[in-house]
This record gives sequence, structure tokens and C-alpha cells, in this order.
Amino acid sequence: MFLKELSELPGVSGDEGRVREFIREKLSAWGIEHDCDTLGNLYAFKNGSKGAEGGLMLAAHMDEVGLMVSAIEKSGHLRFYKVGGIDEQILVSRPVRIGSNAIPGVIGAKAIHLQKKAEREKPLEVDKLYIDIGARDKDDAAKAVKIGDYVSFAAEAAALGGSFKGKALDNRAGCAALLEILQRDFPGSFVAVFTVQEEIGCRGAKVAAYRLNPRTALVVETTIAADLPEVREKDQVTVLGKGPAFTLQDDSVITHPRVLERLVTVAQERGIPYQFRGYTGNFTDGGAVSRARDGVPTGVISTPCRYLHGPASLICLEDWRNLMEVVDGFIRSVLAKGL
Amino acid sequence: MLSENGAKMELEDFLKEITESDGVAGFEENVSGPIARAFAPYVDETRRDNLGNLIFYKKGKNAAAPRVMFCAHMDEIGLIVTGIEERGFLRFSTLGGFDARTLPGQEVTVYGKEKYPGVIGHLPPHLCKGEQKKKAPEIKDLFIDTGLPEDVVRAGIDVGAVVALRRNFVTLRHRCRAGKAFDDRAGVALLWQCARELSRMDHAADVFLVATVQEEVGTRGAVVSTFGLAPDLGVAVDVCHGDFPGAAEHEVSPLGKGPVITSGPNIHPCLFERLRAVAADYHLPCELDVSPGPTGTDARAIQVSREGIPAALLSVPLRYMHTSVELLDLDDLKTGGRLLAFFTTSLDRAFVEGLACF
Repeated sequence: MFLKELSELPGVSGDEGRVREFIREKLSAWGIEHDCDTLGNLYAFKNGSKGAEGGLMLAAHMDEVGLMVSAIEKSGHLRFYKVGGIDEQILVSRPVRIGSNAIPGVIGAKAIHLQKKAEREKPLEVDKLYIDIGARDKDDAAKAVKIGDYVSFAAEAAALGGSFKGKALDNRAGCAALLEILQRDFPGSFVAVFTVQEEIGCRGAKVAAYRLNPRTALVVETTIAADLPEVREKDQVTVLGKGPAFTLQDDSVITHPRVLERLVTVAQERGIPYQFRGYTGNFTDGGAVSRARDGVPTGVISTPCRYLHGPASLICLEDWRNLMEVVDGFIRSVLAKGL
Repeated sequence: MLSENGAKMELEDFLKEITESDGVAGFEENVSGPIARAFAPYVDETRRDNLGNLIFYKKGKNAAAPRVMFCAHMDEIGLIVTGIEERGFLRFSTLGGFDARTLPGQEVTVYGKEKYPGVIGHLPPHLCKGEQKKKAPEIKDLFIDTGLPEDVVRAGIDVGAVVALRRNFVTLRHRCRAGKAFDDRAGVALLWQCARELSRMDHAADVFLVATVQEEVGTRGAVVSTFGLAPDLGVAVDVCHGDFPGAAEHEVSPLGKGPVITSGPNIHPCLFERLRAVAADYHLPCELDVSPGPTGTDARAIQVSREGIPAALLSVPLRYMHTSVELLDLDDLKTGGRLLAFFTTSLDRAFVEGLACF
């Protein structure tokens, strides 16, 4: 299980190198054929690349939401851009790591004592926040970091109660699931793609699907679980512990009915609990893949995750294992009889 | 003093150890152990009073010399469980002043029958609509998620369970460090540095170094420790606001330019002048600040204890106070410890008797 290592690696959209390297080392060690394209997508060819085109494609994105250094102030504080849909509420009071040398920094907030009541009632605006690395001034800061450096949360992944918490579980949980599956024996070949830049518009998946031109695709994702106090059942999207979630529709894709039907059949045959993602917002690699070339029947399966995109997001390990079993069954079913 | 790995404990190691420990106001016992162990080699006597204040006594050379008290509070702001909801989510209230906006996504430890790690949850952004988006979350909107099933939560955690924030010590550039509870374990670390300095000096005065409790809920520890010790004078060691972009200049002090000496009605003018003079004599950098009323520190309690006790305030500039990434410069602690030690050696009976001569 590589969840902990994968969660703790920094890999903001456009800076997936360390995640890619980690996965590539595993693939090499297991003797799985693999290569990369010019965007940085990593392709793992289970049972060889022969006949990979036009077959079954699985995809999980390696990137996570984060920040990027946009300016260094005179005082040595760093201003930043958001990379992807990060929840602005969780940025303050937070340690981060900056750039390829993982320079430690913190995002502070004006002390409560110095704020007027009206100030405290408004959400903190991201353009007023900054990162403090303890630099004396701009020149001193410039010795450690530079504009354009990627910034990710410094957050430890660990068990939490019966659950598992960490940053970037969207979508390292998907990457970890595919890595587990790639170690198993299958009676045919398929391609697992570890994609880049999903969080800024599914840019990696677009070219990966073009290259592979698959007949069928399954995107392995992580999605919102809003099974929280005061959230009505219809707004909960998914619920932790009720199994992997199948997407019916989101802003980018309507799951192909035959893919959906197959997922349901596999889950039922194997006696695995599942749920439908009760929300039609947001996008996934599923959208980009389904629209590649002349179209690809595509489905999306997700591990439900509370506090998605946060430094302490939470999944239920049983959901994650169950997701793997459905994906495993889906692959075998498609290899055996097509879609 | 040896730290856990056997190396000689330094100021930074001590600050790390005590700021990675938990000691929410009113529940300081977990942090008092490491503090007591670290002070022990440098003091003559350690005791604990009825409220839990840790009092370290360092005997002076001259029985007729003044008795002085230096105190820093060891409690930190924290949370307390007020309710357990369906599916095991915990509702909470605060012990001390939190900006609710700094809490979503923070990790915590809940002190139930055992220690339970948890995460502070909030409404996900996709469910915040219209007006809600323009409003900051309030404490009542937040909850703690332990990831445990409801029955396990109910069996292990009761209403009233205390909750501390979790944050590992962060090493930043140069001598800057960040973490939680630096308000006011930084002050405790400054006192420890002072104890180490004094152990290499001759001092006439009897010194009581006190790690006080319950400052964050109203300087309660200092009220009783000052009464109990009845010193000739007291110096509160606390944190003040460090500079940050956009701050009003008069509200903050720069980091790395030495500790801050405060003047104002809460502070005895002779103590203020003496601290300044000692800093000048020993070429120790320091900054000055003013406070127009009772300070928000233990000095507030010291001044009006018994028949009145001359009080002073020495502060460490700290950025982002009351977050889990409070940030300081270690050199300010070191300088502050030295200043307090030299201040001690400057004291004699005549000075103390002069404090009532207005």
C-alpha cells in the first residue's frame, strides 16, 4: 500500500515529477513496461505495449491542487497564485513546502487581537495572504525560492480512527489503487495512465486518450464526501463507508451507460457495496477521455473523501479497497468479453 | 541537561519539545512535566502550587537581597467538546481567543479516555452559496471529525473533553521557527535561558521562575503565584505582535532585533528604566513598546497583587499570534534570557526600597 508515500509527495499540477518518479521506480522494479509523453503523463503497459492502442485505458491523475509563488515582497514574504480549485478557507495557519528543495514556509494570519469584529466576519481573501519562510528581506528570500516555484502543503499522512487522512488523497488514492492493481496477474493487456494537470482542466488526460485511442476507459478518481453535520442527505454527494462511488454525470461527462451497467454488474456479482455520486458538478479526466478522437465510452469510479483538496482529507480504507475490487473486476470483465 | 537523544539540550530543542506538547488553559499537566525536567538542573527547588503553577526557586547569595519573580504562562489556547452529534461529530467551544477562520482543516488531539487525533471539518465550498460565501465561518459552524464510528466516539469521549491543536515545530530560514503555543511557551523558554545564564553568574537576589497556568482565560495563575510568593517585584515574560506585511507600525515589533520592553501605567517606571539600562550596559539589542492600560499579560495581575507589586513586561515579538504557525526568531529568546539574568544581578535592596518613593 503506497497511500502514505504518495500522499506526502509534493505534486502540484505541472510539477508532478516526484510522484511520477516514485511510480516509475515501482513499475521498473516490477518489470512493467512504461513510458512518458511530452506533457509528463506516465503510461504503464500491463502485459506489454503490443496492441495497447484501441484497448482498455485506466487513468488516475498524479497532480494535486496547490499554490505557486507569484512575487517576493520587499520584506521577504511570498505572494502566491492558486493552482487548481483549492479551498481558500484552509490556507491560513498552515505549513507548506516550496520548490524543488522543499523550503519550509508558513501561511500566517493577522493575529485575532489586531482585528476588528467586522474584519473577522469576512472570509480571508487569498490575495491578502502570503507565505513566510523567515527571510530577512527580498534578497535573502531570493536565495531560497523563486517566482514560479510550486507550493504544496506539508502534511503527514496517517491512520485516523478507522479512516486514513492526508493531503492530495485526490487523487493519490487513485494512483495507489492502480499501483496495487498493476501488481496483479491479468489474462490480457491494458494501459494504466498516471496523468498530469487534471486539477487545472484535465490537460494530461486529453493527450493520453488521443495517443491511446482506447475502446473503453475507466477513470479512477477521488470525490467529495459531504456526509457532514447539517448537510441534507441530498447534498452529501457521497458517504464515507458506503463503497466506491460511480459517477452518473458531472460537468464534463455522462458515464457511458454500458460502462455504468458493467460497473454495477461487477459490484453486484462480487458483493461489493457501491453508491452513486449524488452531484453533477465539477469535472474529471473522464470528460477529456470521453471526447478524445471520435469518442470513448468512459466511466468514472471514485473513493469518497471528506475535506477534499485539504491538507487533512479523509477516506475510508474499506471504500478504497472496495474500489480496487470493482476496478479489478471491471478490467477482467472487459478483457473477457469487451464492453 | 540532556535531551532525549542524549545530546546537550539547547534552547531550540527545549522550545520544540514544549511546543509540541499540549497544555490547554486549565489543563497544563502534560506540558508541565517536560518543563520541570528541563529546569531542574539549573534551579535549587521545584514546586507546584494549588492551581498548578510551576515554581522554580534559584537561591541568591545574600539573604537580605530582594526576592524577584519572573513568570511566563505555559498554557495555550485550545478547544473543549460541547456536544457529540450523530455519526460521532464533535461540536466545540473555545478556551481562549481563536479566529474561527484559522480553524478549518486544522488537526487536533482530543483528550478523551485516550488521545484521539481529529480534523476540524467545515462545510465544503460547493455547498456554500450566495451570502454564505461572503461570511467567515463561526465556531458554531465547525466540528471535529475523529474518523471513528459514533459508538466508539461516545464510549471514549465525553462532553468537556479538552482539545489541543496539533502542529509539528517548523524550522524556517536563519533563526526563525514556527509552531503552535509559542504564546507563551516562548516566554517559558526565555525563562529557561535566564536560568541557564544565572547558573553561571553570581546573583544576590532570590529568583523565582514561574511557569503560570490559565493566562489565556484571564491571568489566573499569576494572580495566585504572585500572592503566594509575595516577591519584591515581578517581570512578566510574554509575546507581543511581530511585524508582518500590512501591519500598522505602532502595533508590531520587528523580529530579530531583541526582546521588547514595555512602558505604561501597568509597568513600574523604575523597572522599565532599569531593564533599558541593563540592555544598554551589556550591549543587548532591545525594542521599546508602550501599552496605554493594563497589559494583556501576567503583568496585569502582578501589579495589583497584595499591597501592590512593581511589575515589568518583557516580550518576544511573535508573528501570527493565536494560529498554529506562530513565528519567532530564536535570537530574541536568547537575548531576552541574558537581559533578564543581567537584570537580576543588577538588583539590590536599595533599588527595591526605592520603588515606593514617588
